[in-house]
Amino acid sequence: MAGSRGPLTDFKILFSGAALPLRCEKRGRIMSKELIRLKDVSMSFDGETVLDNLNIYFNDKEFLTLLGPSGCGKTTTLRIIGGFQRPTSGDVFFDGARINDVPPHLRQVNTVFQKYALFPHLNVYDNVAFGLRIPKWAGGGTDISAKREKVKLSKGEIDHRVREMLEIVSLKGFEHRSVTSLSGGQQQRVAIARALVNRPKVLLLDEPLGALDMRLRKDMQQELKRIQQQMEITFIYVTHDQEEALAMSDTVVVMNEGKIQQIGTPEDIYNEPKNAFVADFIGESNIVDGIMREDRVVEIFSRRFACLDSGFAKDEPVDVVIRPEDVDIVSEAEGQLRGVVTAVTFKGVHYDTIVDFYGFKWLIQTTDFCPVGSHIGIKIDPDGIHVMRKSKYSGMFGDYSSYSEEYDEINEEEAGKEDEE
Amino acid sequence: MKNKRSLFAVPYIIWMALFVVIPIVIMLVYSLSVAGDGEDLSASLENYTGMVLYASVFGRSFWLAFIATVICLLIGYPVAYMMSREGPGFQRVAMALIMLPMWMNFLLRTYSWMAILENNGLLNQLFQKLGIIALYNRLTGSDIQYFQMIRTPGAVVLGMVYNYLPFMILPIYTVLTKLDAKLIEAAEDLGANSAQVFARVTLPLSLSGIISGVTMVFVPSVSTFAISRLLGGGTQMMLGDLIENQFLGGAYNPHLGAAISMVMMVIVVVCMVIMRHFGDGDEEAMML
Repeated sequence: MAGSRGPLTDFKILFSGAALPLRCEKRGRIMSKELIRLKDVSMSFDGETVLDNLNIYFNDKEFLTLLGPSGCGKTTTLRIIGGFQRPTSGDVFFDGARINDVPPHLRQVNTVFQKYALFPHLNVYDNVAFGLRIPKWAGGGTDISAKREKVKLSKGEIDHRVREMLEIVSLKGFEHRSVTSLSGGQQQRVAIARALVNRPKVLLLDEPLGALDMRLRKDMQQELKRIQQQMEITFIYVTHDQEEALAMSDTVVVMNEGKIQQIGTPEDIYNEPKNAFVADFIGESNIVDGIMREDRVVEIFSRRFACLDSGFAKDEPVDVVIRPEDVDIVSEAEGQLRGVVTAVTFKGVHYDTIVDFYGFKWLIQTTDFCPVGSHIGIKIDPDGIHVMRKSKYSGMFGDYSSYSEEYDEINEEEAGKEDEE
Repeated sequence: MKNKRSLFAVPYIIWMALFVVIPIVIMLVYSLSVAGDGEDLSASLENYTGMVLYASVFGRSFWLAFIATVICLLIGYPVAYMMSREGPGFQRVAMALIMLPMWMNFLLRTYSWMAILENNGLLNQLFQKLGIIALYNRLTGSDIQYFQMIRTPGAVVLGMVYNYLPFMILPIYTVLTKLDAKLIEAAEDLGANSAQVFARVTLPLSLSGIISGVTMVFVPSVSTFAISRLLGGGTQMMLGDLIENQFLGGAYNPHLGAAISMVMMVIVVVCMVIMRHFGDGDEEAMML
């Protein structure tokens, strides 16, 4: 994946309402009717701020992922939409109506819980039929003041919908199995079927693949995407796994410390990170200090590089992101920068090569093997350089000096943390 | 023996054999025989055939125990439910309050109820002072000096409920605290209001606690003799009294006592088996 930066930079956010085509390639955010909006939502527990003045909207039929490390507030955001938590301040709108005070059972959203939360006393069929067997207010909606009839579905209708849904999640024939006898992946499907059978407008998914092994996860990612497209409903998906987010989403919302760091398509988020946190969290990044000498020229290590970014003040200090795969290794004489290889790890598709440039270590992913100790030069194309304004995260990420420990530890830590939230 | 560790079970197996299995066998032998000449026993079924005489005692025992169990459930479940929902501080205090009476001697507690329910006991004195008895007389045109509370079936049921309520609360409480809060949320998420959540999720999932609670209240209630004697004052004879009378009392006839015990045991076991089927079987064992 080369970091190609198209001219679509300004295309990314904040269209709303307009009746534009539903799916506009794989570029800008899906433009359809706005369905849910969080306005100035803050949340604190015992004086500790979990969400800090969140403003975000969710479009109809969109696959939107809330991505961030544990404790970033993503699960809390989901629980606020589900109605399980009330924001300390701010408003939640559904289809234009304020729903802060609407309890979960009257909301037109359904949730797939982190550990599925299947009812152990019911079999697969009864789990899926649970929501259908509860009489609902006619016509949906959250207005409980109006005196409307409650609709009870007929047995035949329930049966039809349950079986149809079990077929969609490939669990035909499992109707009478006990949910406790199912494998993780099968339980996952039951949880999805149980939520989707109610035909919600929005499905909330809280790290639904967290408990599955790698292989199953990949399969389920595709499965979920397929189901979302087939059912044509909004998915709001919470994960800490950036690969998962990039692979499945139409829109990714990167969160940290209760704040939204960036909203955009997976391509935007990867190619145009807004700050050092996003750049580091999504994929691997070398982040170095630079100075913007003029439009489309940035200075790193006292050398000028051509780039595609503009609109900065002259001589403004900036953060420069260079993705490990955007660096070409050349001979020392040809290189724009010269450095010494200090570590090489074989990763299958490529080598992770750590190169020391003037005391700052970079990660370079290359298919060329360069032995430790060799002197090399590098070249970076203009579209391999991404310039960001300084933020509070500047200087915190993107240095591979303590490479071997950091790189692996972070991955493990993340995997272990998923249950805490 | 499959492994060496099962050797640790041997003392318990011996204990059970000595003090459970053998006594039951002895009881069975006794119940199927009558005293013959001198030391001899002669086989007979008359202990069982003659038991029809005591049908009313059987009826009363099971009826009062049933009522006490139902009342314990009606009081105990909401208490357990409330406790499981409160913070840990409240739970500790509530638990202490429930356990506290159990640290006192069972007979002492029952005697205290006698003092309270007596015709000139605490309650009646209180009613007297408050003028409730006079008011009652005026309203109904009767002329009573006290309310008859002791020596009534109600007093016996009260004694049972008071003594065995903790055994209903604790198992239900334990099951409810272990109930995954996510299941409640999942039910709400699927459209269930609080009553539906309770009926469709909380109650079915706490059934195992209810079954153990019911067992632990019903079984001792059926066989009690102290409560019925002290609070029933001889007018409310129950199986426990009847049996005790055959072994230690004036009616001395261990053979009949053994037969009544056997029948009671069988009925209780049958009740429990029915309960267990009702509760769908696989829950944790609740036989005492």
